[in-house]
Amino acid sequence: MTTATPATVLPGEPQLPKKHFLNADYGVWSWLLTRDHKRIALLYLASVTLMFFLGGAYAVLIRLELITPPGDLVSSETYNKLFTLHGVVMVFFFLIPAIPAVLGNFLIPLMIGARDLAFPRINLLSWYLYVIGAAFTFWTIVRGGLDTGWTFYTPYSTVFSNTNVISAALGIFIAGFSSILTGLNFIVTIHKMRAPGLTWFRLPLFVWAHYATSLIQILGTPVVAVTILLVALERVFHFGFFDPNRGGDPILFQHLFWFYSHPAVYIMILPAMGVISELVTCFSRKRIFGYSFIAMSSLAIAVLGFLVWGHHMFVSGQSVYAGMVFSALSFLVAIPSAIKVFNWTATLFRGSVSYETPMLYALGFIGLFTIGGLTGLFLAALGLDIHVTDTYFVVAHFHYIMVGSTVMAYLGGLHFWWPKITGRLYPEWWARVSAVVIFVGFNLTFFPQFVLGYLGMPRRYHFYPEEFQVLNVMSSAGASILGVGYLIPMVYLAWSMRYGKIATPNPWPATGLEWRTSSPPPTENFRETPEIDVEVYDYTVPPKEPFLA
Amino acid sequence: MSEHVVPIRTYVGVFLALLVLTCATVAVARLDLGEPEVAGLRLPLNVIVAITIACAKALLVILFFMHVKYSGRLVQLVVASSFVWLFILIAITMSDYVSRGWSIHPGI
Amino acid sequence: MPDAHASVLQHHFETLQQQKESSSLGMWVFIAQEVLFFGGLFATYTVYRAMYHDAFAAASHHLNVTLGAANTAVLICSSLTMAMAVHAAALGRRKQIVAWLLSTVLLGAIFLGVKVVEYREKWELHLIPGPSFSAHALHLEGDAASHAQIYYSLYFAMTGLHALHMIIGIPIILGLAVFAWKGRYGPEWSTPVEMTGLYWHFVDIVWIFLFPFLYLIH
Repeated sequence: MTTATPATVLPGEPQLPKKHFLNADYGVWSWLLTRDHKRIALLYLASVTLMFFLGGAYAVLIRLELITPPGDLVSSETYNKLFTLHGVVMVFFFLIPAIPAVLGNFLIPLMIGARDLAFPRINLLSWYLYVIGAAFTFWTIVRGGLDTGWTFYTPYSTVFSNTNVISAALGIFIAGFSSILTGLNFIVTIHKMRAPGLTWFRLPLFVWAHYATSLIQILGTPVVAVTILLVALERVFHFGFFDPNRGGDPILFQHLFWFYSHPAVYIMILPAMGVISELVTCFSRKRIFGYSFIAMSSLAIAVLGFLVWGHHMFVSGQSVYAGMVFSALSFLVAIPSAIKVFNWTATLFRGSVSYETPMLYALGFIGLFTIGGLTGLFLAALGLDIHVTDTYFVVAHFHYIMVGSTVMAYLGGLHFWWPKITGRLYPEWWARVSAVVIFVGFNLTFFPQFVLGYLGMPRRYHFYPEEFQVLNVMSSAGASILGVGYLIPMVYLAWSMRYGKIATPNPWPATGLEWRTSSPPPTENFRETPEIDVEVYDYTVPPKEPFLA
Repeated sequence: MSEHVVPIRTYVGVFLALLVLTCATVAVARLDLGEPEVAGLRLPLNVIVAITIACAKALLVILFFMHVKYSGRLVQLVVASSFVWLFILIAITMSDYVSRGWSIHPGI
Repeated sequence: MPDAHASVLQHHFETLQQQKESSSLGMWVFIAQEVLFFGGLFATYTVYRAMYHDAFAAASHHLNVTLGAANTAVLICSSLTMAMAVHAAALGRRKQIVAWLLSTVLLGAIFLGVKVVEYREKWELHLIPGPSFSAHALHLEGDAASHAQIYYSLYFAMTGLHALHMIIGIPIILGLAVFAWKGRYGPEWSTPVEMTGLYWHFVDIVWIFLFPFLYLIH
């Protein structure tokens, strides 16, 4: 893959290192039985990319159906399966694992000067669990799909649905343990394997973000795991926990489900924020503003995020008093996120800003996350939520965060660290074009949905009143542009792995330990253990020399 | 993990305490301690005593058998956090059920 | 024992101390997530016990407190033997380690045996939730009967999950006993025994709460 150096390398032009983690060993088994966190990250890259396009295929079908008011492309039952599987695949098999398992796995040991994560074999196990979970999901799809919504609300999922609830539940259960083990690995690694001199407040914010994410993974995921288990038990053995006919309470399911699934959205956004912190500082050539505030905000989001889950249940039958408390706490949890946005903005101010592809994604993130976050506050207000709950307003809100923010951060990070991972540069012009296409396509897809929701179009319906057609057509048109925007990087990134210009160890140049080893890094990451005596974001001094042999 | 080697007599002492507490909880369960009202709250004493004894037993196992008493701050924080989070789950969920019957109109 | 040292230290760790601390923190983080895993069931229990107290009490009275208390004592003994095994491992007393580990397994097996007896009794009384459930033996009918069924659903889910954790733990302890017999563990390296000890004590703690909550409802 990356061993083909051109015969006519001029002196002074970068060359790939002789031995690095990609050519250290050959053969399928050297990948499938690897313990190298960098190879495991690439295994994840392949898997999550596949799942992203599977989830995307469902999105295409949904937007196709919604071009016309009547439900004329698919039946209601089929449409239920489309949005359910779109949600299940995207949430559990893309958004939750993507940045931590691809970028986090690859970068965290490098960023802290370690040779690998604390538990390399558990890291590999995490990937296998992910794959097995995905296999159960494929089985669910092949056997006829799932129609309960990704939220599995009872008693529909436990009693009435005729679709493959159990196999889907098992897939999510197993993928949940993949997530838990990744979080466990990161927590122990960050505590115990930092290089000498690397104190907590010298860590890159990317690492802080993943630490906070890991806390959520450990404390939240087991609850949804046992809840999904109860759903499966109820379906098989007719236990009756969540069935009103048997004395069960469906709202209890929602409490247990959302106890995890709200913090889960912070699992999806915190790593993205970590990426943005790295991108903004590098492409402003300026020390990040308010480092400790951003670090502490990550922890605050992780903690406060566990106290607000009832804002998904305002109209469920939950007590009004509980609703009021959840609403107030939901306003509180927005504060640390806002602090981060202010700090990134302050970093840009008077910085030497350049517009390489990763920065385009980062700037897009800041704008779109602000919109997504603000609309989250609208939803946190009890009175307003009653009006827009279960409408496209909610759909637009969470897509601004999950797609407009997380996916953009993922792509930005992928581009930023692509030279480090592969030793090659991607083609900048095509990459910038894609970033713009994605930004335009995204806004055209989802902004009309805010309006649709406010006007009253409910979510999860495949037919709608005539007067909503114009906005729906705009949204579907945007989706086609967005789809093209996602496909172009697949092509040029793959192309670059063989034909891209060879990268130097630090092409941007950026600060951070990962840039002080070769591109791609050797299997053991560094020739010798680095020692740290400065903070990580000092852009005032020239970049330090790499630790090369 | 701490290198501290706990003396056997500590283990035996904890073991005996655990057995005594087990007998205690079974004995108390046979009695009806009632539900006195304290400051406007009805306290189901049987439940409170049972939970207290169980927590005491768990604490003995955690501190001595699992060596948490001799472990660093980090381990102690991890243990404490897991129970705090469980408490958050149960307390906030129960607050919904407890407050469902409350009227939202003052005086009614 | 320099040889043991060299083979035991994994290549990505700088020192054995770092490796031990990482193993310990890792096992504690795993136990933390287990607390939340069982915790979901405890939350479910709390809600339904508050809602259906009388049916729960009636259903609970049908459990055999003597067997439950005896099983509690059995598990507490097994925690002691496990702690003794860890102690022996730290001191490198090979035969003692094996003896204590095998005792732990024996006590665990006794616990599971008693559970089989209890489950069988439930089966005979039609107290297994599902199509065959009947609250007749509890002298309950109508709504109270379905509330009692929820109690038994929780009983089987919670004790079943607990038993599953023991079933997983027992072969691991047997494996440790094999390695201990081969002289693997001593003052320099006894981490696997310690870590398994933590797991086993955790399983004991779950039962410490299950027993009063399920058997001793007044």
